[in-house]
Amino acid sequence: MTVTVFSGRGLTKTYRSGEVEVHALRGADIDLYEGEIAVLLGPSGSGKSTLLNILGGLDRATTGTVRFRDHDLTNASERELTQYRREHVGFVFQFYNLIPSLTARENVALVTEISSNPMDPEKALGLVGLAHRLDHFPSQLSGGEQQRVAIARAIAKRPDVLLCDEPTGALDSKIGVLVLEALDHVNQTLGTTTAIITHNAAIQSMAHRVFNFGDGRIISTHANETRQNPSEINW
Amino acid sequence: MKRLWAQSLAVALVMAAGVATMLIGLGAYYSLSETRTAYYDRTQFADVFAFAVRAPKSTAAEIRQINGVAQVETRIVKAALLDIEGFELPATGYFISLPASGENTLNRLHLRSGRLPGPGSLREVAVSESFAQAHGLQIGSTLDAVLNGAKRRLTITAVVLSAEFIYALGPGDMMPDDRRFGIIWMREPALAGAFDLEGAYNSVTLRLLKNAVMEDVFQSLDNILERYGGEGAYGREDQLSHAFLDAELQQLSAMSRILPPVFLIVTAFLINMVLARLISLEREQVGLLKAIGYRPTEIAVHYAKLVLLISCMGIGIGFAAGTWLSHGLTVLYTKFFHFPYQIFVASPKLYVVAAFVSFAAALFGSMRAVAGAAALSPAIAMQPPAPPSYKRFWSGRLQPLKHLSQLTIMVLRHILRWPVRSMLTTLGISLAIALLVSSLFSVGAINYMIDVTFDRTDRQDASFAFGEARPAQALQDIARLPGVLVAEPYYNAVAKLSNGHHAKRVAILGKPEAMDLSRVLDLELKPVALPASGLVLSEALAKKLHIERGDTVHAEFLGGNRIEADIPVVDIIQSYVGLMAFMDMKALNRLLRQGPRISGVNMLLDPAQSDAFFAAVREQPALSALALQRVSLAKFQETIAENIHIQIAVYCGLATIIAFGVVYNSARIQFAERARELASLRVLGFTEYEVSRLLLLEFALLTLAAVPVGWLAGYGLAFALVQGFQSDLYRLPFIMLRSTYAYSALIVMVAVALSALIVRRRVTSLDLVSVLKTRD
Repeated sequence: MTVTVFSGRGLTKTYRSGEVEVHALRGADIDLYEGEIAVLLGPSGSGKSTLLNILGGLDRATTGTVRFRDHDLTNASERELTQYRREHVGFVFQFYNLIPSLTARENVALVTEISSNPMDPEKALGLVGLAHRLDHFPSQLSGGEQQRVAIARAIAKRPDVLLCDEPTGALDSKIGVLVLEALDHVNQTLGTTTAIITHNAAIQSMAHRVFNFGDGRIISTHANETRQNPSEINW
Repeated sequence: MKRLWAQSLAVALVMAAGVATMLIGLGAYYSLSETRTAYYDRTQFADVFAFAVRAPKSTAAEIRQINGVAQVETRIVKAALLDIEGFELPATGYFISLPASGENTLNRLHLRSGRLPGPGSLREVAVSESFAQAHGLQIGSTLDAVLNGAKRRLTITAVVLSAEFIYALGPGDMMPDDRRFGIIWMREPALAGAFDLEGAYNSVTLRLLKNAVMEDVFQSLDNILERYGGEGAYGREDQLSHAFLDAELQQLSAMSRILPPVFLIVTAFLINMVLARLISLEREQVGLLKAIGYRPTEIAVHYAKLVLLISCMGIGIGFAAGTWLSHGLTVLYTKFFHFPYQIFVASPKLYVVAAFVSFAAALFGSMRAVAGAAALSPAIAMQPPAPPSYKRFWSGRLQPLKHLSQLTIMVLRHILRWPVRSMLTTLGISLAIALLVSSLFSVGAINYMIDVTFDRTDRQDASFAFGEARPAQALQDIARLPGVLVAEPYYNAVAKLSNGHHAKRVAILGKPEAMDLSRVLDLELKPVALPASGLVLSEALAKKLHIERGDTVHAEFLGGNRIEADIPVVDIIQSYVGLMAFMDMKALNRLLRQGPRISGVNMLLDPAQSDAFFAAVREQPALSALALQRVSLAKFQETIAENIHIQIAVYCGLATIIAFGVVYNSARIQFAERARELASLRVLGFTEYEVSRLLLLEFALLTLAAVPVGWLAGYGLAFALVQGFQSDLYRLPFIMLRSTYAYSALIVMVAVALSALIVRRRVTSLDLVSVLKTRD
């Protein structure tokens, strides 16, 4: 039986950029199920990042409702959203967003320190294949390694959902695959619901379900009968 | 400039404080000395002063013949007790004769209202303005004076000012008290009659020619007056009013030498910080400009313009504030010192120098950053700067800091990653603390001085001075007055003490063997018993004469038999007021080959009988001056408290400007540089409070490091000020209280916290989404 983790209805987002009113999201309905890998696919400006930010509690919808399990995120206060991110969400960004003054282990420990049921930072880094790079600073790591540290940091607190915004966007294909493998491995071992944003269509083959974005809307949705192993993906 | 305006303003304010302190200190200095010079010139203030017991007027012609003397005026000067209706305390009047008719030639009076006493009038007087104001006396008012034992009712015909009494300090007082000390001018025949000085004088003042040799004039004048009880001639530098004004001017110049550099150093540092940040933000533009062919000098000039703009802002604010405040200070001085007018000198030269020095400091501060921008190669400039690399500050498996949270480790690594910036921020904060230490310490120092002077040294409630020294039996008359619990005599003799070419004219104070009221304390503040022979000098006088314990000093007693003797210096003692020389009273009388004589009496009074005491004092013919030490102390404390409050307010303001300038700028730059990091933390679920703590903790640590440095620098600054404030009249003891350190640190901590909190508000408005979308 599938359990719905996220459920968004009629979500729109409008913001002003200078003199222009931008409609980033024009009414999106979405449900994400427990334990699945969902790929949100679309060109830049199609509204997928906006949706992810709303799901992650970084931004608020202009209209519409969004629920995470029994939490209503629609009208949550800033404080409640912070608490929600702290307890339930793991983020992975295109530019890693590691803390440059902390080592790989410390970057992970940063999050485990404020979580109620974390795994050891060493274990989290082991999961992404970085057990040998624990005491390196971000400036001493390659891009792929930095992104895997970011994934370890995101999963170390055992989040309910892992939200990844263009996790391979800044990486070449070979390194990108390593990152995707790490995400897949985490999903299989921990069962973490994972949403991956990308404009790279090759990635959709590793997903359970794929949402196609265009012009602020979800144009189509489909489920993959057979999922591809990330190692088979190439772009 | 637009996005940096708040930071630029913070820098400009620090610079303005430097410019303003320069203008205030030097501006008031020039104004005050200009005013004094003009006043002296217009009223023909004398160059040389001398007193005698009774010299025939015929000697005036002789004095006029002295080489270098331009003008001579003889006069009668006597102190007498006054009785003013409605004022319970006896006041001391300082009576000075006017010529039988017309005006004086020297030390002319500045008439404020009324007319000078009529020629030959016996009862008409002119009084000093401050005294008249203190008692509400007007033209036509009367007051009673006991002139040589005879009470006389006097009528006021004029209210005047005199250059001789710009600072009018009563005998035995610490601070002018206009209620208890007044200067009164009478026609000469009236005073001569009252004091049996017909055809004679007891004071002479001279104005010298430009080429006169001061020492020679003193010598010749002393020779003439020797036969008539001359007490030794002295120049302006020993004239009380002039000397006090000099001490004040010296303080002003010390302040303007020490304070502005502190601000200029901070300005230079802040300019460096702001520019470095701006240039790092504009790397790409700089690269572009260089790529299309701009020369390094053109880039440098571009940033120098910003420095110029900030400087103009700082100098402009500094000019306005400095002009306003130094004008205010000059007005305050004019009131405290009795000037008839004030000349406010807004010397263009001063402004030019202040502007030039400040701009130079700013340019100096900008040099490194601007040179860095000019040297950027276009290719590198157009790439984002390399990510900062960090190092672990511990190695191996020992992790002494493993118990610290990651946030704390971030703070520590960040501080160590930019050691120069951290150090300069710490230095800036510590200068704010130093400034406060150097100002607040004076509260403790003055209290200490009061304690030493009034509670340990001069413990009498009151003291009498006789018009002339009297036989020792006079003590009994005083001891018998109602309300006198203890009476202790003293005798003083004016002498020129010399050691080689170092010489000083001082009063040697003879004290009785069993002194309990007015004591002599050694350097450790323990009472000293005066030896049966030999001198005890205060530290300041000993330094002046270059004399140490065990040396011999040559004494030339002025007045009386003009005895000369070589006297051993048996001890050096502590005194913060005046240049003191002490001797056993009996030994002093013996040395002067005279029977036991006393000049005055120190007393302990029974407060319950003060009315009876004051009533009895008014009937005492021989008493000319009464000093009330406790009343004087109260007046002193009142004046000091007023000044200290203003001073503390000003310094707290200045220290806050520095702390704000440094911390606000640092915090803004930090915030800008770390916005991405802070936003990442917020995304990871750290609360606003936790993220702000990261920012604030860094400043807390830097401030903590700044505290001991600030204390040390403040100690040095205070020491420099104490040295700068030293004068013959008083010295500030160098006493540092723990509370001074504590308050200084506390005030700056509050200023730092407030500045950081202003920046902290920006954490709330962090745009998480857009920060994360962009690459560094």
